[in-house]
Amino acid sequence: MDNEPGQDEEGIVLTDAQKRRRRERSIAIALALGILVVLFFAVTLVKGPAVLIRPM
Amino acid sequence: MLPCREARQHQRNPAAGGVAVAGAYPRSVLDLSVVEQNSVEYSPLIISEAGVSDYIALLKPRVMSLVVFTAIVGLVIAPGHLHPVLTITSILCIAVGGGAAGALNMWYERDIDALMTRTANRPIPRGRISSSEAAAFGITLAIFSVATLGILVNWLAGALLAFTIFFYAVVYTMWLKRWTAQNIVIGGAAGALPPVVAWAAATGSLAPQPIILFLIIFLWTPPHFWALALFRSDDYARANVPMLPVVAGPDATRLQILLYTIVLVAVAVAPWPLGYFGPAYGITSIVLGAGMLWFSVEVYRHRTGKQATRAARALFKSSLLYLFLLFAVLPLEVAANALIAMVW
Repeated sequence: MDNEPGQDEEGIVLTDAQKRRRRERSIAIALALGILVVLFFAVTLVKGPAVLIRPM
Repeated sequence: MLPCREARQHQRNPAAGGVAVAGAYPRSVLDLSVVEQNSVEYSPLIISEAGVSDYIALLKPRVMSLVVFTAIVGLVIAPGHLHPVLTITSILCIAVGGGAAGALNMWYERDIDALMTRTANRPIPRGRISSSEAAAFGITLAIFSVATLGILVNWLAGALLAFTIFFYAVVYTMWLKRWTAQNIVIGGAAGALPPVVAWAAATGSLAPQPIILFLIIFLWTPPHFWALALFRSDDYARANVPMLPVVAGPDATRLQILLYTIVLVAVAVAPWPLGYFGPAYGITSIVLGAGMLWFSVEVYRHRTGKQATRAARALFKSSLLYLFLLFAVLPLEVAANALIAMVW
């Protein structure tokens, strides 16, 4: 399909700074999720079967 | 990330240092219909340049450090044994919950933050993070921290953490701060709750000791923040925030600081004769309390010129040291008692 006048085939082009910041944010989100997974796993090991017993 | 309208202008003119977006706007905005213009106005094609450090700044790391410190004290002095993994989980959740409250505070106060020199460099007024990003970040962290604390530790602690975030973000930030000069008096409850949350995490219940810690931080907050407001009153006046020095004047504030400090020192010493904390705490609270009183008397005495500003700054800094040392002695006392019990 033909592009509109002024429209580039490449679409949005990120600057190097934007790419670097996006990568930093992605790594931070991955780390945070990793920590959450490890935390839940560790607590499951610590509590054992009692993990399902949660005091109100 | 730039505000929408500003970002759009930058995108249209990358040569002026804007974002290089090819093909984001096919025609001149003036050529578009109203509907199309609106869709351009709220175009999602805005590329964030926010770094991890900007998001960390949203969490108010300095406030968070105080939250974590008081929470650790609450955990250490609580009776019984909490598994180290659950201890770390509790501290992490309380820290993240405190950070979430800070992010929501910065989201709501973005207009006044831009007007005050103390806060103008925060990520939202600087244009690093958009307000919607900050709100989403704060809400996400709030939900995750409360849910994780509730599921992994206990729901009393989870509920108290949720209440803390709600109190700070909604009651203090959205309601009290712009409405009454008593904003930080009532709002101080939010900052005073972390040791209570920590105690609840460790024991699953409440007791007089965490309530005492709550009262100490609650009564410490007004002298601490009014000292700051005394030498930053221009900032608050410019932003139309009804802090006590702006509304009632500096002299009335000085009197209130002195009165609150007297009550604070009395309440901080009381747990020793009442038998809740030991002699090390008692002696420390008396010595530190004398120092706090001296600094607040200095604020009361010096009312004009550089001496007045210096006295207010000195009280602001010394009040931080007061709270830190007062709380630091509690875990030391617990450790000393445990050591004595082992030796004997």
